[in-house]
Amino acid sequence: MFEVLQYSFIQNALAAAILASIACGIIGVYVVVKKIVFISGGIAHASFGGVGLGYYLGVNPMLGVLPFSLVSALVMGTVSKKSKIPEDSAIGILWSLGMALGIIFVYLTPGYAPDLMTYLFGNILTVPYFDLYFMLALDIVIVGAVYLFYKEFLALCFDEEFTTVQGLPTDKLYLFLLCIIALTIVVLIKVVGIILVIALLTIPASLSRKFTHNLKQMMLISITFGTVISVTGIGLSYALDVPSGATIILVLSLVYGLVAFGMEMLENRRGSRSS
Amino acid sequence: MEKVIELKDVWVRYGNQIILEAINLELKEPNGLLGIIGPNGGGKTTFLKVLLGLLKPYKGNVKLFGKPPEKSRELVGYVPQYRGFDFDFPISVWEVVLTGRMSHTGFLRKYREEDKKAAEEALKTVEMFQYRNRQIGQLSGGQRQRVFIARALATNPKLLLLDEPNSGLDPHMQDELYRLLDRLKQEMAIIMVTHDLSAVSVYVDKIACLNRTLHYHNSREIPVEDLEATYECPVELIAHGIPHRVLKNHEGNS
Repeated sequence: MFEVLQYSFIQNALAAAILASIACGIIGVYVVVKKIVFISGGIAHASFGGVGLGYYLGVNPMLGVLPFSLVSALVMGTVSKKSKIPEDSAIGILWSLGMALGIIFVYLTPGYAPDLMTYLFGNILTVPYFDLYFMLALDIVIVGAVYLFYKEFLALCFDEEFTTVQGLPTDKLYLFLLCIIALTIVVLIKVVGIILVIALLTIPASLSRKFTHNLKQMMLISITFGTVISVTGIGLSYALDVPSGATIILVLSLVYGLVAFGMEMLENRRGSRSS
Repeated sequence: MEKVIELKDVWVRYGNQIILEAINLELKEPNGLLGIIGPNGGGKTTFLKVLLGLLKPYKGNVKLFGKPPEKSRELVGYVPQYRGFDFDFPISVWEVVLTGRMSHTGFLRKYREEDKKAAEEALKTVEMFQYRNRQIGQLSGGQRQRVFIARALATNPKLLLLDEPNSGLDPHMQDELYRLLDRLKQEMAIIMVTHDLSAVSVYVDKIACLNRTLHYHNSREIPVEDLEATYECPVELIAHGIPHRVLKNHEGNS
């Protein structure tokens, strides 16, 4: 069993799983507690336009995704807050606009678009070294930003209006948080793909919420869950020869279901005993 | 001495609808409790948002302590209304109250010793210090309200604004709240808005009525005409059930 660890693609996969779990563990907590799952999903899907742009320009699609997802985050954040269009409609429009642009770019690119599917559905078993370093760099930026803005982000997520009254530039802060979410999405794309990114942003954080009421602890627990579960998923996908991204999500959902169900049972039991 | 509040001919509209019309208000005393009553949808929350600088009036002038609201943040404490709030949020009482220090701490700086001192003092004032490590959802409604007051007090305000602080509290908790405000009003000016007339208790020093327009007479008693104009119904319907007298004697009152 352990000889598979000698393969460099497996080592890369494990490294990618850890880097992804750190990013989604920390940022997923904000996505969940601030209830911005939908806009995060929108940014993720719209960034497919960046994949297409990368192919079209003949550069590594990851380099296309990075600026594209940041621009999507800024546009979505601004439009959904400032315009008169209802927030969810604005997100829906930009979500599909980004994807449509991606499809057009890919179509216009001469020849065949290799591993296009890995961007949509992820393939952690084929993460090249360059992408790993790219993910590491983004992880450093994400962790650094959260370290610096911890107090501000906490206040923003808990009570935006009060934070404004305290004189903080909450609109800009919100846009900045969306940009950090965009960076996280870029880190996660290689692991589970654009379509499934939102699962990594929500499930580990939602799981951690069941174990603590402290934001920092939530982040640590969520990183742990993410790492253990994605490594398990990689193992399963390798053993059963099924797609890695989807397997990781299946394991995540299964664990979440079991924990949620188990806790509810426990609570009911306690409730009936005390009454 | 600078005026606490000075509003001159303030108009606020939302789309085509006028929410506040020609509001004039001057508050000079640096302490005391002003109660603002009025029906739901009468513009009470909007009025507070104007004072907080969250809403810009399209006409008129707002000054707090001689400065525009955005420049007087660290002098104003705010206790918002918490309907439909997510109390499952992973934050402790202590962390909530510390956010009331941000206007002093500044952007991107860690909370300092004096911030923690102020938060501790604020929690002690509302008698919630022993609950500081509790998650906010593990408190009763009345305790939570006190925590939000502590958060506003952590700012060390000279003006405290409360939006319907009595909503959702049982009579006993309301009474506790008023006694707390009664203590606090010795040291700062307090404005409390409410749609609940019974809230206008002995603790209020002055009353204003707000329903698009503001009726304020710098006193504790409301002329009947004002009340009728505000609620658009005969006073008899409102006056019953008021535990303390807020109406001065008027004709036909035996």
